[in-house]
Amino acid sequence: MDLLSNKWIVYLALCLFVAGINCNSVENKIYVKLNYTVPCVRLLNSTHQIGCQSSLSGDVGVLHVLESEENLDFVLRNGRNPPYMVIMESSLFTRSVMMKLKNGSSRVAGVAVVEPTSNPPDGFSPHTRCPNENTGVYSENYGPGLAHCNTTKWNPLGNGLSYEEFDFPIFSMKDDNDTQLIRQCYMDHNRPMNGSDPQYPLCAMQLSSHMSAVTSTPTCMRRNSISFSMSNDMVCDPLSDQNIWAPSKPLNTTQNGHKANESVIIVSARLDSRSFFSEIGPGAESAASGLITLLAAAHALRNATQDAQLDRTIFYTFFHGETFDYIGSSKMVYDMEKNQFPIDLDNVHSVLEIGQVGLHSSSNLWLHTDPVSMRNSSIQEEVKNLIANLKSAAAGLNVSVTEPGVTQPLPPSSFQRFLRARPFPGVVIEDYNSSFSNKYFQSMFDNADSLNVLYPPNLTPEEQLNHVTNTAKSLAEVATTVARALFIQAGGEKTQISSIKADELMVSRMLYSFLISSNNSWTQEIVGLKDVVHLNNNTVNFYISVEQQASLPTILVKYLLANLTGTAVNVTQENCKNQKESEDDKESKHLYNYFWVPGAAPPNSTERDGFCVRSTVHWSRAISPAFLMENYTTSEYSTWTESRWKEIKGRIFLVASHDLEMLTLGVGIGVLLSSLLLTYIMSSKADILFSSGREPTSATY
Amino acid sequence: MTAAVFFGCTFIAFGPAVSLFLFTIAREPLRVIFLIAGAFFWLVSLLMASLVWFISVQISNKESVSQQKGLLIFGVVLSVLLQETFRFAYYKLLKKANEGLLALSQEETMPISIRQLAYVSGLGFGFMSGAFSVVNILADSVGPGTVGIHGDSQHYFLSSAFMTMAIILLHMFWGIIFFDGCEKQRWLAVAAVVASHLLVSCLTFQNPQYVSSLVPTYVVMFFMGVWAFYTAGGSLRNLKLCLTCKDKDFLLANHRPR
Repeated sequence: MDLLSNKWIVYLALCLFVAGINCNSVENKIYVKLNYTVPCVRLLNSTHQIGCQSSLSGDVGVLHVLESEENLDFVLRNGRNPPYMVIMESSLFTRSVMMKLKNGSSRVAGVAVVEPTSNPPDGFSPHTRCPNENTGVYSENYGPGLAHCNTTKWNPLGNGLSYEEFDFPIFSMKDDNDTQLIRQCYMDHNRPMNGSDPQYPLCAMQLSSHMSAVTSTPTCMRRNSISFSMSNDMVCDPLSDQNIWAPSKPLNTTQNGHKANESVIIVSARLDSRSFFSEIGPGAESAASGLITLLAAAHALRNATQDAQLDRTIFYTFFHGETFDYIGSSKMVYDMEKNQFPIDLDNVHSVLEIGQVGLHSSSNLWLHTDPVSMRNSSIQEEVKNLIANLKSAAAGLNVSVTEPGVTQPLPPSSFQRFLRARPFPGVVIEDYNSSFSNKYFQSMFDNADSLNVLYPPNLTPEEQLNHVTNTAKSLAEVATTVARALFIQAGGEKTQISSIKADELMVSRMLYSFLISSNNSWTQEIVGLKDVVHLNNNTVNFYISVEQQASLPTILVKYLLANLTGTAVNVTQENCKNQKESEDDKESKHLYNYFWVPGAAPPNSTERDGFCVRSTVHWSRAISPAFLMENYTTSEYSTWTESRWKEIKGRIFLVASHDLEMLTLGVGIGVLLSSLLLTYIMSSKADILFSSGREPTSATY
Repeated sequence: MTAAVFFGCTFIAFGPAVSLFLFTIAREPLRVIFLIAGAFFWLVSLLMASLVWFISVQISNKESVSQQKGLLIFGVVLSVLLQETFRFAYYKLLKKANEGLLALSQEETMPISIRQLAYVSGLGFGFMSGAFSVVNILADSVGPGTVGIHGDSQHYFLSSAFMTMAIILLHMFWGIIFFDGCEKQRWLAVAAVVASHLLVSCLTFQNPQYVSSLVPTYVVMFFMGVWAFYTAGGSLRNLKLCLTCKDKDFLLANHRPR
């Protein structure tokens, strides 16, 4: 009996729960919710706000499918039912169209861009023509002739859309069922029929992406500190994540500041990218090509650096947030200057940066150097030495390394932040001479296709993972070059470099993991259990985002670097988690990091053989020093923050004509007034009306 | 803009009920109390019906369309029968309460007649059932969208409002007829109320052919209204007198002290 009644209670609770989560059916009759909605969000720096936003309840407009740029006249002038929600193919998502919409924004409720299945052949970059113009090393005080991309525009295709502010929401949509439904709805209801205006009801769409922060970072950070209620009303968060670094030999990382007799070569790549839409940041060439090359080089150097006693330590570094005015590198330099990092700037011997090295149909790498610091003869000598090492490393490989013939500044690179501190010898490796060969710099098209990572048809995901593409081969060549050059630079014997070779299969797998699907059999083996949940079947999003969210590129690079440079040690899972090799080991945690990884499953078992990986991989916070100093108006450091938002959603529905609405209201008022009148008359004459003959029954009334 | 639809529908659905409340009930506290008690009784009947409904949905086969359709019809019939049962229970309670009230009051006569009680409690039932049938629709009528993306008629809100108005008025009429039937032991009248309630509820299965549900409902409402008018003591003669305003009684009535 008791059991039975319990069962009923469970049933009842279940019923109420089911009823609670089901949308009510009236709403389902009216609205179709869009499943895939990727908004453009608002970002703020010390002076500006960029991005998009809707009103608090979402912007509503009548759907209009934009077919050509001439068709804009309908939206901006001729259409009878403004505001319009403009649906466009990405081929129309250009600066001229968007600027016209922005200027006529009283008639524009929002924009939805349909992602194409193939990339635009002419290139598209929503970034500026001179990325990170004001936070690099070049300024009026440092190479004034080179500042502001005076000599060369690095990103000539850049249209700057990502840095515009729009006061209507802009969403990205996949070409899927939702988009089909939208087109169908437009065709059925909104298309003008033989010149006449379409009849009501019209198909409309609502896009909600209300952003809490306004004006600029100083304003929103001030508002963060004011608490209006008990709940924490944050309006914006600094863009931040983690820098990942690993020295080639263990360093005591718990003691900060200068390390005596230590000379390190920093070899770095950037860990982030972005696009116009916050959740799409494929960054295949702008981020992935460089960091995969660096990972492969680190892997190639694993044995060589362990066997040979090198004079210098190689410091593999991945800077996060470089897209947003060098967040990661400026933080590391700041830490080194303040003695809050295991090494300081005096320990840095030289810097080698791997930029965009996708090698589009060429095999030429360009070695960019800084002409200003090379006026110093000792620096010049070191740079020449480094270039010579790179050239000798490239000998015998399928890549050629060349220096730009003319005097030009460094391309946008983390190395510039080191140069801001003091002159260092350093080289930035890129696959272009005077402007990006990447046609899709920091756009949503900077994907596997643009990097030419293409697989033969009919391959299973498992076969794709292990398929060595031409891109993988060329990246492996670049990685070999870098690894060999680093080996010589670190003091290794030139005779030994032939044994250093990057693994093409590893490069292929990394390309697959970053560009196609981060959830595959290989990453499941090497990513620690607590982070496995972050893996997904999509392209990795390289947008840095805010600190609260675990970012997938960081997690992947962390584990990849640990597995590729570290060694498996025979340590129990418990000790591994506590960062020690045995029960009474207290020293190792200062030198190493231990990851327990799931490992592969033996052929006839589903139970994975987990093991402990010991590596020198470390990470430190990548947040702009501006937020540590609480100086939000600085022009020296990045001040980018991301606004918070409550809800991102889109839905389509029909809107009734104004006439029908007014008719409803009129009928309502008519019914109300006439019933008031009628009741008044009836109640005042109730005595007569309800006096049934001579019976005095209603006397009490 | 769609606030217009919201107010329009609200006025249509509740306009008659609100004006009745204002002119005939709000002035007398006792009637307000009985109205709210009536509304409460209707609510309790709904609670019972929804309990049964939840349980039966859980134990039914959710895949089978015919079973779900049958369940819906069962739910409607059960709900109607429960409502009428509670109307009867409320009638019994009022009889008892009236005796108590008579004992308390210093006057000889009852402070409120059973006929008035019938009207007040019927309106109470109507208010609550009207509110429950239209409030979620009104909430969505605020917009920004209107019904129709799946091909439904865009007159959904308007017809729902008119249906609700009819239901509220019908409850009032049913209350008058039902109480009178109980009072005079005319069980046929009671049966007619239950039958017409069932009929009107089942007519909503005709939706979304709103015309074929609304028109019969209004026909039923008209006949029920006439019946209730006669039950409450009205007659064609009275109506004529009232409209022509030539009756001596009328003048007399206006001068009669209350």
